[in-house]
Amino acid sequence: MASSRDILRRIRSVRGTQQITKAMKMVAAAKLRRAQQRIVEARPYAGTLDRVLASLAARTEHTHPLLESREGSRAWLVVITSDKGLCGSFSHNILREADRLLASDRWESVEVVAVGRKAAEHFRKSPVPVAHEETSMISNLGADDGPRIAGMLIQAFESGQVDEVWMLYNRFLSMIRHVQVLARVLPVAPPLEESAEEPDVDYLYEPDAATLLAELLPRQVEVQVSTAFFDSVAAEHAARMTAMEAATKNANEMIDRLTLLYNRTRQAAITKELIEIVSGARALEE
Amino acid sequence: MDGTLRIEVVTQTRKVLDEEVAEVQLPGSLGMLGILPGHTPLLTTLGIGELMYRKDHRESYLAIRWGFAEVLPDRVTVLASLAEAPEEIDVEAAERDQREAEAALATVDAADLERMRAKLELAITRLQVARRGTG
Repeated sequence: MASSRDILRRIRSVRGTQQITKAMKMVAAAKLRRAQQRIVEARPYAGTLDRVLASLAARTEHTHPLLESREGSRAWLVVITSDKGLCGSFSHNILREADRLLASDRWESVEVVAVGRKAAEHFRKSPVPVAHEETSMISNLGADDGPRIAGMLIQAFESGQVDEVWMLYNRFLSMIRHVQVLARVLPVAPPLEESAEEPDVDYLYEPDAATLLAELLPRQVEVQVSTAFFDSVAAEHAARMTAMEAATKNANEMIDRLTLLYNRTRQAAITKELIEIVSGARALEE
Repeated sequence: MDGTLRIEVVTQTRKVLDEEVAEVQLPGSLGMLGILPGHTPLLTTLGIGELMYRKDHRESYLAIRWGFAEVLPDRVTVLASLAEAPEEIDVEAAERDQREAEAALATVDAADLERMRAKLELAITRLQVARRGTG
């Protein structure tokens, strides 16, 4: 049986851990607020772009290389996880789904673009070839990162290196919910025009529709990639918050249990001493 | 011309401007475009330059780099890769950019020419907009 001093030491150590998990939860909460803010701020741009692109695509017969489906089936799968751990099953679930997709015969030949250190480490050990990895971008995401990765994907697509690009990531829904999303990035699927209630607008195009399309499509890809990054980061912080909340609660329960045990041990020791004193006194009387 | 135009300027990270104005001038890629309420619907790409909007006889300016604009009779939506108000412009950095770009243009090779020209144009636009803001 552990001595009461050992138990005290354990209580102190659990309390120390609890302080750390509590601090991490608070940091995650602050970061989550910022990440949510970014999602909201990016929305007007994405919304307008969708609308304009939809009307442009619906009204012109022009096509563009980024819109064309090709025969081939060489694909890239962009897998977005976190850089850091301690966020529950956040990255693990994505990687399991990625493995499932890669093992299926969905694509004839596929390479992985690993975003997040967790993904990079995972795919280094797997037989799937890795086309590109980002190991420190997600934890320090800037406004230029989305467009940079999008540019890389577009270049690979335009040069004929790949025929399709897909993205697998966590979409942030709420504090306690995020869902896995598998989305095609390239070729671009033009957003569908919403119900035809609004009268069709016949635009003048300057310089011309083809140039506009060439300008807008890469932007659309950038927005899609950036949105995925922002979503994933927000979901990661939410997941970490939940995980740390649970850890803090567990630590509390543990402290309660240990305190109870400590009191019991202390009482047992006192009782034992009393018995010894009493029986010692008896022995003297006789 | 009666009525007003609603102008919205957004970049990928934020909404820069959202106002009811009387007139807008856009730096179209083929030249400046003056937009008054009731304009024909128009989609245009934008170059580097100043965006001017007039409200209550006061003219305000933004520095714009690339993007495109959707013009409707009562609304102008600008999606730019960069949009800055005069008070946001770092004048010293812009002056430095201008000097660097000018120096580079004298010796640059063809591959870098476009990039340097764009850098110079942006620096000049920023300085112009910054001066208008304070002037």
